[in-house]
Amino acid sequence: MAGTVANGKLKPHLNQNGLRGDDLKRNGYHNKREKNGPGTGVASRQHRHESFEQAPIYVAVMTYLGFGIVTLFGYFRDFLRAVGLEKCHLARERDEQKDFVPLYQDFENFYTRNLYMRVRDNWNRPICSLPGPVFDLMERVSDDYNWTFRLTGRTLHNVINVGSYNYLGFAENNADFLKTVADKTRQYGVGVCSTRQEIGNLGIHEELEQLVAKFLGVESSMTFGMGFATNSMNIPAIVGKGCLILSDELNHTSLILGARLSGATIRVFKHNNMHSLEKMLSEAVCSGQPRTHRPWKKILIMVEGIYSMEGSVVRLPEIIALKKKYKAYLYLDEAHSIGAVGASGRGVTELFDVNPADVDVMMGTFTKSFGAAGGYIAGKKKLVDYLRSHSHSAVYASAMSPPVTEQIIRAMKCIMGKDGSTEGERVRQLAENTRYFRARLKEMGFIIYGNDDSPVVPILLYMPGKVVAFAREMLERRIGVVVVGFPATPITEARARFCLSAAHTRAMLDQVLHHLNEVGDALCLKFSRKKYSSWSDLSDETDFELGMSKRSLSVRAAADP
Amino acid sequence: MNFKNFTEYLAWLYYQYLLITGIYVLEPWEKSIFNSILFSAIAMVIYTSYVFVPIHLCLTLQLSVMMQNYL
Repeated sequence: MAGTVANGKLKPHLNQNGLRGDDLKRNGYHNKREKNGPGTGVASRQHRHESFEQAPIYVAVMTYLGFGIVTLFGYFRDFLRAVGLEKCHLARERDEQKDFVPLYQDFENFYTRNLYMRVRDNWNRPICSLPGPVFDLMERVSDDYNWTFRLTGRTLHNVINVGSYNYLGFAENNADFLKTVADKTRQYGVGVCSTRQEIGNLGIHEELEQLVAKFLGVESSMTFGMGFATNSMNIPAIVGKGCLILSDELNHTSLILGARLSGATIRVFKHNNMHSLEKMLSEAVCSGQPRTHRPWKKILIMVEGIYSMEGSVVRLPEIIALKKKYKAYLYLDEAHSIGAVGASGRGVTELFDVNPADVDVMMGTFTKSFGAAGGYIAGKKKLVDYLRSHSHSAVYASAMSPPVTEQIIRAMKCIMGKDGSTEGERVRQLAENTRYFRARLKEMGFIIYGNDDSPVVPILLYMPGKVVAFAREMLERRIGVVVVGFPATPITEARARFCLSAAHTRAMLDQVLHHLNEVGDALCLKFSRKKYSSWSDLSDETDFELGMSKRSLSVRAAADP
Repeated sequence: MNFKNFTEYLAWLYYQYLLITGIYVLEPWEKSIFNSILFSAIAMVIYTSYVFVPIHLCLTLQLSVMMQNYL
C-alpha cells in the first residue's frame, strides 16, 4: 500500500538504494510498497535520509572515454614491452621457463601495470607523525613515472588529515590522557607472548570485555587482537556447511572471506534493499537447501552498520522485523559505526532505538573510533562462551597487547563519561562536524553519497583523470585526502572519501571546504543538479517514507540550525 | 574563477581536455602522440568538409529544383 500522499501528488521515488544504478525517472511514480513494521515511526524515518544522486549522462560517457583511451595506450605500451623497445620493470619469467605453466598472469595485472602504476604516487604516502587531525607527510618524488620513489628528506608539516578513521579524535599523544596507558605498560609490558586460551588471558582483557558488554548493553563480549581476523576467523565458528548466509552486496572483504571460509552457502542481496532480502528469505525458508530440500540449519543475515565506501547506514528496524518473521539470525558489523553514530556513541542500535538483544551477533572493531587495534564480538553469554573455545582467533592468535587494551578502556570510559568528561561530548562534536560539512558540500554542488548522519563522506569524482588531479591538487594545498578508484568501487564511480573527526575544529573544516570549492571549480567537479538550501532541502529531497507529511518535514527543517 | 588573461583561460581549457580524455595520466610523449593523431583527424575532417560540402549543397539544391520541375 503506498504511503500517504503529500500535497496531492506522489513524491518522486528517486533514492531507492537498491535501484541506485538503474534508470530512474525523476518525476516518476512510486511503485514500491511501503513496508509497515516496527521502527518505522518518525524517529527512525528522520535517520533514513540517504541520497545517491546520479550524475548527468555526459559524465558517464566521459568516464568511459577516459578509461577507453588509457586502455588503448595500455595495450600500446604492453606491445612495446613485448617487442622489447621498452624496458619492462615488472617481474617476468626467464627465457628458459617460457614453455612451462605461466607464473605471472599477464592479463590480470593489466590494470595494475597500465593505470595504477602511472598514478600510484597518490597512495601509500609515508606519514611521519601520529594520524591526528593534522599530520606530517614525507615528501616523495619519482624520477621514472612512479616505478620507483625516492624521499627528498623534506617533511610537509601540518597537512590537514581528512582520510584517517579517527572519528572521535582518540589518535592523540597528549601525555596526560595517556597516563593510564603508560602505567599499564609498565605493569604488564607490551608483548603477551601467548594466545588467550593458553596463558595470555590477562586481567586487563577481562576488564575490557566487561566494559564492552556494559557499553553495548549486552550480556557478554569477547575481544580479539585484529579487526579483520575477528570477522574472518569467527564466522567459520558460528556457521558451517548446511547453513545459509545472506550477505549485503557491499560487504567488507573480511565478512566475505569469513563467509567463504565457513563453507556455508552464500547468497547476495542488493545493497540495503529489503525487498530483495525478503524475497531471498522466503525462498530459502520455502525451498530449503539446493538439492535435498532439507531445511537450512541456520540462516544468517550479514550486514554492516555504516558502509564505508558509500556512507550509507543499514536499515536496522526493517531487518530486525524480517529476521523475526523468518526466524533468521543477524550479524551486525559495526566497524565504522560504533562510537561514531548514536546520541552517546553506542552505534546503529542506538541510532534506530532498537533493543541490542535483538541483534544476535554484534561485531565491531576498535581501530576506527577508539584509536587502537582489534575487534570484539558481543551478544548472549552462551554465544560468547562458545566462541571462547571454538574460535580460531581465540585459540591460535596472540592476545591483545596491554597498552592497546588500556587505550580502548580509557577511550570507552571517556565516551561513557566515566572518567570525569561529559558523556558523549566527542560524539556530539562529531555529529555537529558531520552535519556542517555535509550541508556545506551539498550547498556547493558536489554529489555526495550516503546518510546525513554518517561521518564518512564520499564525494563522487567519476573520471580517472580528475581523481588523480584532485588528489594531487589537494596535497599541494596541504590537505591529505584518500581517493578510491576502480577495483574498490564500480568503474564509473570513483570517489574521494572524507572521514570527519571530532578533533577537527571549525576552522580546519572551513579551510578544507574553501580549498574544495576552489579545486571543484578548477576541475569542474560540481555535478549536482539538485538545488539545495538548508531550509528547503527536506521538502525538495525525495525520501522513502512517503508517509511523512509536509508539516513534520518543515518542523524538522525549522529545528535544524 | 578569475583568469588574468586569455592565455590563462586557454591553459585551463587545455587542462580540462587533458582531464576528460584521461590523457592527464600519460607520459608526455604519449600525450604528444594522442594530440597529433587527434589534430590530424580533425584537420582531415575540416579539409574534407571544405572541399566537399559546397559541392554537396549545390548538387542538393539542383536536385530539389529538378524534382520541383518534374512534379
